[in-house]
Amino acid sequence: MEGNIAELGKYIGVGLTAIGMGGAAMGVGNVAGNYLSGALRNPSAAASQTATLFIGMAFAEALGIFSFLVALLLMFAV
Amino acid sequence: MATEAHGSESSLVFHPMDQFKVTPLFGDGAVHWYTITNVTLWMAISVIGVILLLVVGSRGRAIVPSKGQSIAELTYGFVYKMIEDVTGKDAVKYFPYVMTLFIFIVFSNMLGLLPLSFTTTSHIAVTGVLALLVFLFVTILGFVKNGSKFLALFWVSSAPMAVRPLLAVIELISYFVRPVSHSIRLAGNMMAGHAVIKVFAGFAAIAAISPVSILAITAMYGLEILVAFIQAYVFTILTCVYLKDALHPVH
Repeated sequence: MEGNIAELGKYIGVGLTAIGMGGAAMGVGNVAGNYLSGALRNPSAAASQTATLFIGMAFAEALGIFSFLVALLLMFAV
Repeated sequence: MATEAHGSESSLVFHPMDQFKVTPLFGDGAVHWYTITNVTLWMAISVIGVILLLVVGSRGRAIVPSKGQSIAELTYGFVYKMIEDVTGKDAVKYFPYVMTLFIFIVFSNMLGLLPLSFTTTSHIAVTGVLALLVFLFVTILGFVKNGSKFLALFWVSSAPMAVRPLLAVIELISYFVRPVSHSIRLAGNMMAGHAVIKVFAGFAAIAAISPVSILAITAMYGLEILVAFIQAYVFTILTCVYLKDALHPVH
């Protein structure tokens, strides 16, 4: 066990960015859950909204991706 | 993975990121921009796959389509309907670009799932070029089509006057962040899925939990097939959304 304190902080920070994954999970789950509840109320309108569903999921997921980006930057750029 | 010696002292040796290493195909020198690497090989294989499906598959032009022609026509119709629904009928003339993106990403993702293959879309260098091209194309197209009216995209006319400058800053940031999230979404999803499979493959070396880990690999592999398709779909549909913003920049 050797190394410096900056290395330690870097790896702790990289690990902490995994919290962002939880936020993205809640966001994507919220989008999908609301889509499903809407689709079960009005199944005839559901098929026309699948594109909107995936766009919404992609935008919700984007913020989770930024936490991944922070992890990458900490690992390889800092 | 456990057979790859890395001189590590622990007994459980697996390196899930080793599969993404770019190596030259011939010899083992440094990788220059002109070096033929495994990325070049697998990109070429996916291009050949696209040609086999779309050119050779639809060559017969039969009234009653063969299996290959059916798949080619289904793919064509799927992407055509996507751009027509999301972007509008006037955007159909950009269909070849969107179709190229979709079919190339789908083939790269699916070929990456073959054992011992290389996932070209797991590299930000590859997806970054695709996303930057989309970004440049959409921005230039927006200014060519609408002139200075394209800037209305950042000026939210439905909001109260007081918050519009603030919203303009936010819209500007979210516009320039598009190529970042567009590229990293695809690369990150592909990379993470393959790394997870490799981690479970590393656990399979321990006899006590190997059945569980092999089951987990199977389940993850099924999920990865889904993800490979959905990420190509998402990349394409976001391209369509950006195209819509460029053609009709009314906020």
